[in-house]
Amino acid sequence: MMEWTGIAAAAGYALGRAFLLQEQELQVSKQNLPPEKVEPEISRLEEEIRQAIEEIKMIRETTRQKLGDEQAAIFDAHIMLLNDPEYIGGIKEKIKSEAMNAAAAVQEVTDQFLSLFAGIDNEYIRERALDLQDVSRRLLRRLLGIQSLSLGDVQDQVVLVTHDLTPSDAAQLDRGKVTGIVTNIGGRTSHSAIMARSMEIPAVVGLQDIVAKVTPADFVIVDGNEGKVFINPPDDLIQIYREKQENFEFRKREFKRLVDEPSVTQDGVRVELAANIGNPDDARVALENGAEGIGLYRTEFLYMGRNELPSEEEQFAAYKAVAALFGMNHPVVIRTLDIGGDKELPYMDMPKEMNPFLGYRAIRLCLDRTDIFKTQLKAILRAGVYGNIKMMYPMIATLQELRAANKVLEEVKQELSAANIPFNDAMEVGIMVEIPSVAVLADQFAKEVDFFSIGTNDLVQYTMAADRMNEQVSYLYQPFNPAVLRLVQHVIDAAHAAGKWVGMCGEMAGDLTAIPILLGMGLDEFSMSAGSILPARSLIRQLNQQDMGRIAKTVLAMDSAEAIKAFVEREVPLITRL
Amino acid sequence: MEKTIIIKNSSGLHARPATLLVQKASGFPCKISLVKGEKVANAKSIMNVLALGIGRDEQVTIITEGERADEALQVIAEFLETLTE
Repeated sequence: MMEWTGIAAAAGYALGRAFLLQEQELQVSKQNLPPEKVEPEISRLEEEIRQAIEEIKMIRETTRQKLGDEQAAIFDAHIMLLNDPEYIGGIKEKIKSEAMNAAAAVQEVTDQFLSLFAGIDNEYIRERALDLQDVSRRLLRRLLGIQSLSLGDVQDQVVLVTHDLTPSDAAQLDRGKVTGIVTNIGGRTSHSAIMARSMEIPAVVGLQDIVAKVTPADFVIVDGNEGKVFINPPDDLIQIYREKQENFEFRKREFKRLVDEPSVTQDGVRVELAANIGNPDDARVALENGAEGIGLYRTEFLYMGRNELPSEEEQFAAYKAVAALFGMNHPVVIRTLDIGGDKELPYMDMPKEMNPFLGYRAIRLCLDRTDIFKTQLKAILRAGVYGNIKMMYPMIATLQELRAANKVLEEVKQELSAANIPFNDAMEVGIMVEIPSVAVLADQFAKEVDFFSIGTNDLVQYTMAADRMNEQVSYLYQPFNPAVLRLVQHVIDAAHAAGKWVGMCGEMAGDLTAIPILLGMGLDEFSMSAGSILPARSLIRQLNQQDMGRIAKTVLAMDSAEAIKAFVEREVPLITRL
Repeated sequence: MEKTIIIKNSSGLHARPATLLVQKASGFPCKISLVKGEKVANAKSIMNVLALGIGRDEQVTIITEGERADEALQVIAEFLETLTE
């Protein structure tokens, strides 16, 4: 057996015989044309370009029907290349000035552009280089009179093994026949990966030279979840993967049915399942996974990976895009800048700290740098006109900080009013509960906020005084510790007593073992990574909140995280089956 | 005719903006070039425009020659100056 590890590009499992799709070597030989053959050669080129464009238009239409407009747009880029005055003009010029055959001219001009692009360090340019290769191969095949490669010979249930899946190849894939894809090159965002994901064909890419190591009769297992590929595995491993595959397919079908269903318990208690996101693209994925809102929009990604602060307009556009996507009925909770500590911005020149998690970060930094804070608040308030946006402050430790932040917010509102700029004056404002001081004084805070969102990742580390980045104390990172759970219960009770709602946006909210407890405690909103939403919904729909209330009460009296977990898994055996 | 501008768009002149630029430029009969430093690109060629590798805050000169050069310069300059993502 051979075992390979690559990049997990599309989830799921595939088992089957390898189908090797090898690019035919296109042999291009350079010929000198007699002067009278030059013009006819250019006409021939023009005719083949015209035909190639027709071919591409057909592929684009098939792709549009199978995969939608966004994927089909790749082929618009291909058509644009075949109309490009510099590319095609360069080829014609070469045929004319060097009396060269068209195929050789295509090859030479393509190589010139590819080497030009190779020097530019930009992912988008690299993708365009792939498009250029795809297009030039199509044109060369036509000029050389070679039949275009086809996936039509594929037998039932194969695993496609190829150097790279070009968009043209991908468009011809039949999902009923090709059950998995394995490629030498590519990353998570390459065309092949994106197409495999949208067709839901399990794929592992970036395996370097797997094409050379696989022969057509080989049996292949593709593990698109872990990014593993096994060649000629033993029977027991095949058995294990057949089961994984069955479970995966079953779960997928079950969960898909829940996309538009409400998150409601057996006894009719409705909660909200929302997603944590970092950018507008994540929001689309969240929606496809059945999110009923955004519980945490991390804005720091707008500030990272660049050389200066993002402008108000840029932020406004990003916030508005997400709000508009979710509409008026689904809330989008935007967290104000949570930077500093372990998340640095190179252009802000922040001092190194001994204890970054206890240092100058988040709201502390924003209350100090009100210029940065105000720009963001303006963008959020303005975007609030276009959807159901709420905002929250991270890392609040005292009531005085909350009041100071609200004072800045009032100033910003006045500035916007004075400038006659439309904004949402009635926007709900909440805080993250991640510092124990706030959890303890939740009753006092509840009077001055519209909602709480419990950030368990930090709340756990502060409650247990254990740095979550430190391996040596990782045993103390215990979300199920009764001390943490009691704080959570206290926050929920204090909020409800004041008529406010409570969400949770830490890892814990998507943990299937934690959900029964949190449901029993009365949590209103669970916000998690998009992929966890449907499993969580499936669980919640099978639970009874009254029963979970009893379980929550019981665990709060227990004395260790281990005992609590074991108890919940025994009482709600369903968890381990999901 | 020519005009020099600064690209403010966060991702520079890549991806969609470059494609849109080429589409806009192709609608004019005149010659339209973009100049960045020593490099000159045909604004009607996606290959040329991408190869310029124009990033955020970089300076670009637009040069138009021929029929409707005036109008083309205005349209292209306005498009590039107001790019946002």
